[in-house]
Amino acid sequence: MEIPKSFLGYKRENGRVGTRNHVVILPVDDISNACAEAVANNIKGTFAIPHAYGRLQFGADLELFFDTMIGTGKNPNVAACVVIGIEPKWTKKIVDAIAKTGKPVEGFSIEGAGDIKTIMKASVKAQEFSQWSSEKQREECPLSDLWISVKCGESDTTSGMAANPAVGNLMDKLEPLGVHLCFGETSELTGAEKVCATRGATPEASKKFMKTWSDYNEFILKEATNDLSESQPTAGNIAGGLTTIEEKAFGNFQKIGSRKFIDVLTPAEEPKKGPGLYFMDTSSAAGECLTLQAAAGFNIHLFPTGQGNIIGNAIEPVVKLTGNPSTAINMKEHIDLDVSKILKREMNMDQAGDELIKTTIRAASGRLTCAEVLGHKEFIMTKLFRSA
Amino acid sequence: MATTDIIIHDEKDNVGVVVIEKITPNQDCNCWIMENDGSVTIKSKNEIFLGHKIAMIDFKEGDTILKYGHDIGKVVKPIKKGEHVHVHNVKTKKW
Repeated sequence: MEIPKSFLGYKRENGRVGTRNHVVILPVDDISNACAEAVANNIKGTFAIPHAYGRLQFGADLELFFDTMIGTGKNPNVAACVVIGIEPKWTKKIVDAIAKTGKPVEGFSIEGAGDIKTIMKASVKAQEFSQWSSEKQREECPLSDLWISVKCGESDTTSGMAANPAVGNLMDKLEPLGVHLCFGETSELTGAEKVCATRGATPEASKKFMKTWSDYNEFILKEATNDLSESQPTAGNIAGGLTTIEEKAFGNFQKIGSRKFIDVLTPAEEPKKGPGLYFMDTSSAAGECLTLQAAAGFNIHLFPTGQGNIIGNAIEPVVKLTGNPSTAINMKEHIDLDVSKILKREMNMDQAGDELIKTTIRAASGRLTCAEVLGHKEFIMTKLFRSA
Repeated sequence: MATTDIIIHDEKDNVGVVVIEKITPNQDCNCWIMENDGSVTIKSKNEIFLGHKIAMIDFKEGDTILKYGHDIGKVVKPIKKGEHVHVHNVKTKKW
């Protein structure tokens, strides 16, 4: 197949391109969720991203909180953003950082005004943003404007056989075109970590990966109260035939094809070394991993599943594929691409990769994904430790 | 082309994965090796469902299971060629 050269995206003020045109009402903290949701309820064409944190965090945990909030607002899938927090200082910090992209953003703080007056003022601004953004048009953009993140979930042995290598095939074909790519799931590479480390494009990248993996593994071993057999692999993984974390890891690892990663990112860190494949240090829980990848600026996500994970994301469209024929039938409404014919050898990996490229470009150009039409807007903050 | 009942990732692998709804005891199964497009056959000893693994050789306790050409865990109970390989007879070497 000749790979299409372009997709239809929204060009943003800072040169990045969005696959979506969201107007987001972003609460800074848990107690501002109600206000943000009220504004989103008032003003059509907007939505709120409620979450559980943002109070009394400190140190590295607070830094990750800000990186996640600011990165979410900066993501090119967000056209404009209203930020609402209880206190003015943290609200302003987030607004000022998002404003550097050049996109419309305005902050409101509730303390001293109360919910109702804040809702009123924020709604006026949200209306302005919603109508402004509704005039934005999609334009033809090169594929190099795609920033594709990947993560698999509810994996089974079909993931390693069909859906994950199909993603790997797409990576092998799209990386030479200048696409940014990102995989994560530090703990789920356990067992394949030494093989994964050999995929660093430089000795520094390999070394950084091994340090990142070792740190995460030490943390898991320190906190573990049993042999983790209830958590990794999960009950769903085991039902699907996966026996050990090593087997899961080698299946997981198929997602990067024969690519090499050029750098290792901290959670939510924006890639700065140009196009190519990046590894990000993330939890293997889908909601957390996707939220971090979206906060790093990735604008479309590929999610292979075996037994049928149903995850979506607040701002990043999630394209789901499966190699499991039962999942493709029984959970049809969640599956954007069925590659289960690979198991019957009625489809080869080259064809599966081509189909996935077509599906990805359609979704990037505006076709709603299954997760989007089913209303999945997961936004899950990674919390490093307890608040003060 | 005969139906493929089992897929083996790498020629070094000593387990295969069932890719039809299920295989039944004493079924003669066709296996396809992805890596080199080779074929082998095996007679199953258990009922094994889609996605689950079958032993391609006899294993004794302490042996290593190879899949994708790599070590994916250790055998904790003897397994005969054709039997179901899973959490009841294989454990991780990691945690």
